Amino acid sequence: MITTQEFLQIDLPAMTAAVLACVCCALVGNFLVLRRQSLLGDAISHAILPGIVAGFLITGTRAGLPVILGALAAAVIAGVLIEAVRRFGRLDGGAAMGVVFTVMFAGGVVLIEQGAARAVDLDADCVLYGQLEAILWLAPQTWADLADPAVWADLPRQVVTLALVTLLCVVCVVAFAKELAITSFDPALATTLGIPAGLFHHAVVVLVAIAAIASFEAVGSILVVAMLICPAATARLLTDRLPVQLWLSVAIGGLTGAGGYLLGAFGPSILAGGPADALNAAGMIATLAGVLLTAAILFAPRHGVLARNRPRHRGAAGHQMGKDVVSDAVTH
Amino acid sequence: MNPADVIATLTLQAGFNSAVVVAGTACLGVAAGAIGGFMLLRKRALVSDALSHATLPGIALAFLIATGLGLEGRSLPVLLTGALVSGLAGVLAIQAITRHTRLPEDAAIGAVLSVFFGVGVVLLSHIQTLATGNQAGLKTFILGQTAAMNQGEALALGALALAALAAAGLLFKEFRLLCFDPDFAAGQGWPTRRIDLALMGLTTLVTVIGLQTVGLILIVALLIVPAAAARFWTERLWVMVLVAAALGGASGWIGASLSALVPRLPAGAVIVLVAGALFLVSFLAAPARGVVATALRQARLRLAYAEQAALAAHEAGHPLDASPAIMAWLRLRGLAADGVLTERGRAAASAADRNRRLWERFLIRYPTLIPGQANWGIDPIDRVLPADMVRDLETGPAGMAHREIAG
Repeated sequence: MITTQEFLQIDLPAMTAAVLACVCCALVGNFLVLRRQSLLGDAISHAILPGIVAGFLITGTRAGLPVILGALAAAVIAGVLIEAVRRFGRLDGGAAMGVVFTVMFAGGVVLIEQGAARAVDLDADCVLYGQLEAILWLAPQTWADLADPAVWADLPRQVVTLALVTLLCVVCVVAFAKELAITSFDPALATTLGIPAGLFHHAVVVLVAIAAIASFEAVGSILVVAMLICPAATARLLTDRLPVQLWLSVAIGGLTGAGGYLLGAFGPSILAGGPADALNAAGMIATLAGVLLTAAILFAPRHGVLARNRPRHRGAAGHQMGKDVVSDAVTH
Repeated sequence: MNPADVIATLTLQAGFNSAVVVAGTACLGVAAGAIGGFMLLRKRALVSDALSHATLPGIALAFLIATGLGLEGRSLPVLLTGALVSGLAGVLAIQAITRHTRLPEDAAIGAVLSVFFGVGVVLLSHIQTLATGNQAGLKTFILGQTAAMNQGEALALGALALAALAAAGLLFKEFRLLCFDPDFAAGQGWPTRRIDLALMGLTTLVTVIGLQTVGLILIVALLIVPAAAARFWTERLWVMVLVAAALGGASGWIGASLSALVPRLPAGAVIVLVAGALFLVSFLAAPARGVVATALRQARLRLAYAEQAALAAHEAGHPLDASPAIMAWLRLRGLAADGVLTERGRAAASAADRNRRLWERFLIRYPTLIPGQANWGIDPIDRVLPADMVRDLETGPAGMAHREIAG
């Protein structure tokens, strides 16, 4: 069995990072799912690669502002290019995304290979799977140490970044809950009410990009997509009310992050009844998210496949959600 | 690298191995381009993204099962069979989620893509811990390893290219119906679901066979980018499919050659970058739908409209007081000089006036017959409408309209 010290130094920071990444992605992912733009998350998480590599090659470390700025710049460039290809090229949105993000990702892969000649500390693996296992918090030795403020000053950078980004996402969503709801469900109505739907569309994209960039280092580019979509989709199947869906998705995201990490780290040794090598935690989190989504698809009380096929429910499951939110917003 | 090397590689003269890789990759590009053209028009471009990511758990499971049975786990047919099965499972999962739940298709695609990939990552990390497991052979599927291609694989890719082109040719009519009007096809009694399945099956085949070459993250680019680039060159489907196949083949050819010539250039990524460059050229410069050509066409249309408006206003008795730019344009065309219309200008003005009147009458009499291809009001009506109809517009009262519609 592992010692308290090992848990505090290795597992606690990694698990915290996983939970925070899942929570912030799950929260902003709701608006992607509602706006039918889930694949924008996919596109952004691929397209930021060249920005990250460029930032890394300039500074030589994976930490720090240049990498984040590079990623953000790449995300904005990707957004502009997708829109340009869609509008001026008159291609459908999916194809425009597909062209832009695959080419940008390929550019990032070439940059990695070219840069790897100069810097050893960079490979495609950490981009794809993330590096949860590399998040260490060496300061605490025992539980009692957690009371000591000096220990907290040594908190891993990734955890601090993720905590700040999660806070930002929560604040934005709470502060603009009404506007986000109306622009998601009915952009035309939002515009007539004087709410700039276009502005909120871009704001959602930027928020998703920030959440994806912060989580990217922890869980990897493709698993960011799982956290953006799966918890929100699961919650969407369980409720018809937006506030409930938001909090539910956050809870599902947090549970998935913690559960997936624990399963990956300790599942093998429990199954084997002795010490065993850990499984990839980020992959396990995505797997667990998929299991929960499958369960919701099958067993959700009103929108699940089983409930839908029961005769007495047929036709009862209307799309009440949008109407509720909009009428709430109008009457307030 | 010197020019002789470049030419030798591009013309398949730089040794047998290099020639095999370049030719095989080009064949893959041809197959992906041709099939991708239909997927693009079916608006399924990103389904193939989910499909390719979904192959990872199949590859890992096939390895585990084969090793468990005492077979050689890393043999290509075993791994590709696994990839095929789990790729198809992913596509079916997307269809089932879209059909049976309230979730939109994009959420289904994203969820399947990421969850399948996550399962694959977990299985890979498990394989890594096994005593037998050297997962290096499996990891090449993620980002591809073109240089490892042998003669047999290149021949398989060549056969695939031929099969894809043959399928595109044989099922051309069916695929065209499906892409442009699936409801009409179903109404005509075509088995749309089976045609759809055939298209998905071809896509899966291209994806699975291309996995080892460009890797599962970037294979989707070969399906999307050449097809999207081809869209700019033409409005005709069969031309577009051929152009897409050619662009895909060129991407594979040039990309694989570059990767062989320059050290540390991963082939999969370079092929995609070449395809991206071809896309950019098409996007900007293609004559049919390219940005430059479209802008020029719009500018020409705007000028023609302004010219007609100025001339028609003059004909209606107003003095010639168009903007300086239009006046300059009229002078350039020899229609005006010193602020008044020339002989030719007066003829053009009366023609413009007649044209405008006839178009107006046409729109009043046949509001349902507006021709989609023409810029009505600007294009000379004699060139757009049949002569007898124009005569009728010029002379006769209404009455023809009823006969036209009844007929």
